[in-house]
Amino acid sequence: MTTTTAPALRPIVSGRGAGRRGTLRRVPAIVWLFLLVPAAVEVGMVFWPALNSFYISLTKWNGLGAAKPVGFGNYRNLFSDDIFLGALKNNVIWAVGFGGLSVLGGLALAVALNRPRRGVGLYRSAIYLPMVFSLAVTGLFWRVQYQPDGTINTFLGAVGLGSWEHQWLADPTTALYAVLVAAVWRQVGYVMVLYLAGLKSTDPTLDDAAQMDGAGAWQRFRYVVWPQLRGVNTVVFAVTVIDSLRTFDIVWAMTQGGPYHTSELLSTYMFQQGFTFLNLGYASAIAVVIFALALLFIITYLVRTTKDEVEA
Amino acid sequence: MTATIAPRAAQRPVSAPAQPAGRRRRTWVFHAVMIPVSLLWVLPMIFVIVLAFRSFDDIAAFGTAAWPHSFAWTGFRTALGAGAMGRALWISVQVTVPAVIVTLFLASMAAYALSRFAIPGRRAILLVMLAGNLLPPQILLIPVARITESLGVYDTLVGLVAIHVGFGLGFYTFVLHGFMRSIPGELTEAARIDGAGPFQIYARIIMPLCRPSLAALAALATTWIFNDLIWSITVIRTEAKLPVTAALLNLQGGYVSNWNVVAAASLIAAVPTAAVFFAFQRHFVSGLLVGSSK
Repeated sequence: MTTTTAPALRPIVSGRGAGRRGTLRRVPAIVWLFLLVPAAVEVGMVFWPALNSFYISLTKWNGLGAAKPVGFGNYRNLFSDDIFLGALKNNVIWAVGFGGLSVLGGLALAVALNRPRRGVGLYRSAIYLPMVFSLAVTGLFWRVQYQPDGTINTFLGAVGLGSWEHQWLADPTTALYAVLVAAVWRQVGYVMVLYLAGLKSTDPTLDDAAQMDGAGAWQRFRYVVWPQLRGVNTVVFAVTVIDSLRTFDIVWAMTQGGPYHTSELLSTYMFQQGFTFLNLGYASAIAVVIFALALLFIITYLVRTTKDEVEA
Repeated sequence: MTATIAPRAAQRPVSAPAQPAGRRRRTWVFHAVMIPVSLLWVLPMIFVIVLAFRSFDDIAAFGTAAWPHSFAWTGFRTALGAGAMGRALWISVQVTVPAVIVTLFLASMAAYALSRFAIPGRRAILLVMLAGNLLPPQILLIPVARITESLGVYDTLVGLVAIHVGFGLGFYTFVLHGFMRSIPGELTEAARIDGAGPFQIYARIIMPLCRPSLAALAALATTWIFNDLIWSITVIRTEAKLPVTAALLNLQGGYVSNWNVVAAASLIAAVPTAAVFFAFQRHFVSGLLVGSSK
């Protein structure tokens, strides 16, 4: 480039970004290869398929023969499809319940287990151990608890709440929440780890100073610690919403969306339409809706991480 | 520190002697709250373990939640034998190991190129790659099934490895990029003056220095890929080729009332990731934090 023709300019050019700290250099061919191979894999396995989904969503297709273009027909049908609307509503409940409960639980536990004390390590490990189980394993763990003669009903019977005993997963009114509890059980540990790291990076002298000035525990948390957690909050918020839109495994393992689609989420409904009924066009339209809903939060996350990159 | 506390404590002499007693009481309250709370996490796991070691007759007679009246390996034997969990575990290993190695290898190459060279638009490339990892998998499922089919790798483990590699790349590239950028330029500059080419610098200097973050990412990637369900049931059709998580759900359909078998099978599926977690606990937690906290 210009550097080869006018070597005298080199120091000036490298001064503005091209050679920060002298590490970034003119790009040799092999380095292009280093970048292009992974990029080609990602384009081929991620971006190209994603674009395909947009196209398929505008067609009617069962996978055999040619896809028939139907314009926005699939999207129009979505909004008169009660199962889709139910799944959308369930997804909102899921995002709020899953996000809210795991953030509250994870934050409370992080605050409680922040300072080193006897037993803290043990408590922390117990709470974040489920995080390493797959969502399917978590689902089965909880299916066992929810059995009619399982631990939960037995416990309720033992403490005199026998009238609350329930077919938790078979009852349309409780199935979604029963699955939600299992998912939160697994997620709390993850959120706790994120907040523990956030708390570690807060300034302890501020907290001490507030204590000196007679601030109570709640005041110190609300006005001293909480504002310092803003960065973590954004990440936790974006991650939880993206996660709740992706949620599939645990519902698939526990109820498959039943009974009567009462625990159906967008992802499980999409999977059924696509892989059970082979309505590929319609399923792709649901996938595009999931993408559109996730987009805002993906951008939030990217903006946040970019800011970190700049500050770092 | 003590210097600043002293004058205050002098102004309020009451609080000083009261503190030890108050602290002891607070410790007591702390454990009184935390023990039941952590039991909420531990007890369901213990319950599943106990259930897995009970016999079918015992569970049929006394119910799943009763105290155990038996100790039997039949649950595990059935799960590993007829339930095919043994085979599924081996398949998961065959998918996870190559997927983790190839992803980290490709990601480290991309991260090296993006972090050490003046590639035009490198920031944008990095962000687009990361964005690919954040996409909801649902938008990829149908086309991925189609594309693997047209490449002739549908219903093969190669196809499954390929999608794991493609989908994970963005995140690992992003994390490794952050780390490689923090390696001082003097190190690579010195090697370059000594005549090392970009490949040698990558292999001899950058990669060895990245070992801690590679370990953290490997621990994380292993659990993610091992735990995967949705890609497995999208790409694999033949039941005999299903990895562990998908096989577990199949087994559960076949052994509906054999809770000891279901419990044993879910433990078999949970143990490998739990082992990775305990072996690499420190790496694992730091792996979770990269890119998300800071």
